[in-house]
Amino acid sequence: MKRIARSTLQTAANLVFFAILATAILSTTFFMTRDAIVKSEEAVKLKLIMQIVPATLLDNDIIQDTLSIPPSELLGTDDVTIAYRARLKGEPTAVVLEAVAPDGYSGRISLVLAVRANGELAGVRVVAHKETPGLGDYIELTKSTWIKVFDGKSRAVYKDADWKVKKDGGQFEHMAGATITPRAVVKAVNKALIYFGENRDKLLAANEPEKETKP
Amino acid sequence: MNFLEFKDIMYNGLWKQNPGIVQLLGLCPLLAVSSTVVNGVSLGLATTLVMTVSSGSIAPIRSYVPNEIRIPVFILIIAVLVTVVQYLMNAYMYGMYVVLGIFIPLIVTNCIVLARVESFASKNSGLPSALDGFAMGLGLTAVLGALGAMREIVGKGTLFSGIDLALGDMAQGWVLHVIPDYKGFLLAILPPGAFIGLGLLIAGKNWLNLRAEQKARSKPAAVASASPEAAQG
Repeated sequence: MKRIARSTLQTAANLVFFAILATAILSTTFFMTRDAIVKSEEAVKLKLIMQIVPATLLDNDIIQDTLSIPPSELLGTDDVTIAYRARLKGEPTAVVLEAVAPDGYSGRISLVLAVRANGELAGVRVVAHKETPGLGDYIELTKSTWIKVFDGKSRAVYKDADWKVKKDGGQFEHMAGATITPRAVVKAVNKALIYFGENRDKLLAANEPEKETKP
Repeated sequence: MNFLEFKDIMYNGLWKQNPGIVQLLGLCPLLAVSSTVVNGVSLGLATTLVMTVSSGSIAPIRSYVPNEIRIPVFILIIAVLVTVVQYLMNAYMYGMYVVLGIFIPLIVTNCIVLARVESFASKNSGLPSALDGFAMGLGLTAVLGALGAMREIVGKGTLFSGIDLALGDMAQGWVLHVIPDYKGFLLAILPPGAFIGLGLLIAGKNWLNLRAEQKARSKPAAVASASPEAAQG
């Protein structure tokens, strides 16, 4: 009996030793790579933002100039998202918003939009989607230039009825055989522009990032 | 470890006991990420790294691990290594990390890793074990690369697409358009394409084996029929 107890304890001690060793190795790696991970994530984000915000519109460090946006039905978001603000000599010129089209052919399509201060779209990009490869994935810039149809569009020129694919009587081209995907994207972009219109003053407020206005 | 042992281990991993087309272990990544060469080879190399280090580090400590808890300890060590690889890729190969996504942590559940640790590293010393993990990983990488190439050419008409994600922007022009103006063949990109491709690879290997066997069989016969004359001569 004593011997069994002893060997059990030994086995347990052995397992504990390996668990502690594993934790030590993992936490060391985590702390060693943390800065590099944040940096590479920011670099990718910046690359994406610079694709849709013309370089002539900003002279600030846009990655640091953020505003948290609460979940919104118009943006299709369930979580707090981050908006990035482009400024020229301190004056806001554009804001980068995240939006989600919940009704793609295979689930959610994540978008980023850059909206100029006058409500005109500077550009839209798809960040993540699960649309059918070779069919619905022409919303990606690497597959087709379709997503650029949004450049320069605004709700001042296009009314609600225009924010639809041509098949539904709107103004937006789509490829035959894959209508559901662009329909979802167009709808999401329109709703995001409505959101921008309703929250324009808050989004373009002149305050700097850290001093968020408290109500 | 002598040269014969070395040759034997490499031969087993790359051909005779190839994890991808003979042992048929680790089919989950095989089917999911082999849609392009770059994806397949990247995950293959990540798996190779994990297998080499896990086999090489488990072999020296195998006598300190009581038999009844060896599986949990092995899994723990493998999981730690995979997480370390995941952190490193996230930090220094971010594009590739995004592409491979969920399949990096899933290396832990790839049964080939534990299978080699259990069947080889827990019975051999460090250096041969590390070599075994390395050879098995390379064997898997070769299958992933071959399958990726087949699926990519048939499915998209290109080779090495996405290589800039693995090697940085300088590789952007390295994509080969094997078939110009190709419309694409969706079946090859989707999972069924992986099954069909894998089946073809296995058939190809079996055919080669059969041919080698027949050659080996006909040779001794020829030698036997020739030898009496030789003896007489």
